[in-house]
Amino acid sequence: MDKRTTEQEAVAELRDGMTIGIGGWGSRRKPMSIVREILRSSVKDLTVVTYGGPDVGLLCNYGKVKKLIYGFVSLDSIPLEPHFRKARQAGAIEAAELDEGMLQWGLLAAGHKLPFLPTRSGLGSAVTDINPDFKMVQSPYPGPGGADGEELLAMPALELDVAFIHMNRGDVRGNGQYLGPDPYFDDMYCRAAKKRFMSVEKIMDTADMANEGPLQSRIINRTMVDGVIEAPNGAHFTECPTDYGRDEAFQKEYAATAKDPDAWEAFKAKYLDVESEAAYQEAVRNR
Amino acid sequence: MSDATVSEGPSRGEICATACADAFRGNGEILASCFGTAPAIGARLAKMTFEPDLLMTDGVCTVVDMPNPVSGQGHEQVVEAWLPFRTVFDHLWNGNRHVIMAASQIDRYGNQNFACIGEHAKPKAQLLGMRGAPGNTISHTTSYWVANQSAKVFVPEVDVVSGVGHDRAAELPDATTQGHDVRFVISNLAVYDFETPDKRMRLKSTHPGVTVDQVVENTGFELVIEGDVPETRLPTADELALIRDKIDPKGVLGREVPNPE
Repeated sequence: MDKRTTEQEAVAELRDGMTIGIGGWGSRRKPMSIVREILRSSVKDLTVVTYGGPDVGLLCNYGKVKKLIYGFVSLDSIPLEPHFRKARQAGAIEAAELDEGMLQWGLLAAGHKLPFLPTRSGLGSAVTDINPDFKMVQSPYPGPGGADGEELLAMPALELDVAFIHMNRGDVRGNGQYLGPDPYFDDMYCRAAKKRFMSVEKIMDTADMANEGPLQSRIINRTMVDGVIEAPNGAHFTECPTDYGRDEAFQKEYAATAKDPDAWEAFKAKYLDVESEAAYQEAVRNR
Repeated sequence: MSDATVSEGPSRGEICATACADAFRGNGEILASCFGTAPAIGARLAKMTFEPDLLMTDGVCTVVDMPNPVSGQGHEQVVEAWLPFRTVFDHLWNGNRHVIMAASQIDRYGNQNFACIGEHAKPKAQLLGMRGAPGNTISHTTSYWVANQSAKVFVPEVDVVSGVGHDRAAELPDATTQGHDVRFVISNLAVYDFETPDKRMRLKSTHPGVTVDQVVENTGFELVIEGDVPETRLPTADELALIRDKIDPKGVLGREVPNPE
């Protein structure tokens, strides 16, 4: 099956109020070409589940986010995401903040079709105040420490309507390969979602992917993907090793616009409110 | 070691970094993780001297024999293992870690906040978010580093609890808190622990040149202060040489911890 599609077709699947998951981590290997397409769309009131980076700042700034489920939002080399901070400080989004490990647990539960996974993480902290719907569950077994009937936090499954991830290589059938040092949680987003879109730096013949990296880099198989989008430089300005590093100069420019409404309008006009991803990439090349 | 290297006495930052190194003393073969320059220097110093078995990463997802200096020229790091984010949680829930985290606010029981200042629903200042603090503190040994102690950081009550302190842990069942161990707080003024009957924060030592009054002035709650408070130890000549020659040759530590006037 040929699953090739485009950012526009993928984003056309979104409806107001949906829950989406975005792969990558901080300012690393984010499916930014798809995020930029969401900015160009009319979709709104999204619940966004992610280890947040500039995807979150941009989506918040464009008023796309109703609720954010996250453990942090960071640009890595710039620790605090300024556009996300603005949205939070304006009280513009519902912030369902979790411990980072709980986020993984929620994705894993959804991917395994389980209603929850038990954990101690979050207990005693403000996580349970921020998420008052979270329930406890009693263990039916003695614990490894010998405790009987331990009460654990039941981290609910984070079911996604749509997942978006970005890989270095893929084939038309939806097999995907990461070439950087860390898979992050991208496979978990795919298994947690009803509909899955994978952008890749380069689509190639399946057989040739073996020459790109070790077997262990082939973390996405085609049952986990519904649509494949070829998006060269698609993770820009986040990093996508080994193809490219983070565009630190561009990220700095992006971050600086949070302080100055005029600079933000100029940034938007130049890079974001353009007709297509191709126009974005051209504006980036010409800067 | 040349005499020139250690001709200048230890700076405040170097004393803090050495105190961070001492926080790892006796830890053996565990993962040592750090937020901030002084802890990053301290962990390297501990590994180079009295805790050679500490496990450390390159800051991304590779366990390396010796992480690169915090400033200056990097070296060829020998990879020991792969530790991507997903296995960091496996590792930390297993309990085999000591992290020194930052604290934007901390209270007398070691409850810590670096998520946001003000009300969570609409904060005055959004900071990092919860990150891994809830899971870290409930699972393994945690210490804190405060580069600029004041009564605004050492507060009677934190706005949002990201890291779980001793009083809140005491309210949870023993099984839940079997890994909970908030151990030290190291600031630019002093070192603190929780070696008190009700696990309230105790002034363990003041850095040379810092008075107990100065510590009290910069603390927004009542510290446990027992008798004559000792001074934080100075780094040895060998330790100073390691910091200055190998770990921080460009002296970036001075930016995080300026020397007092």
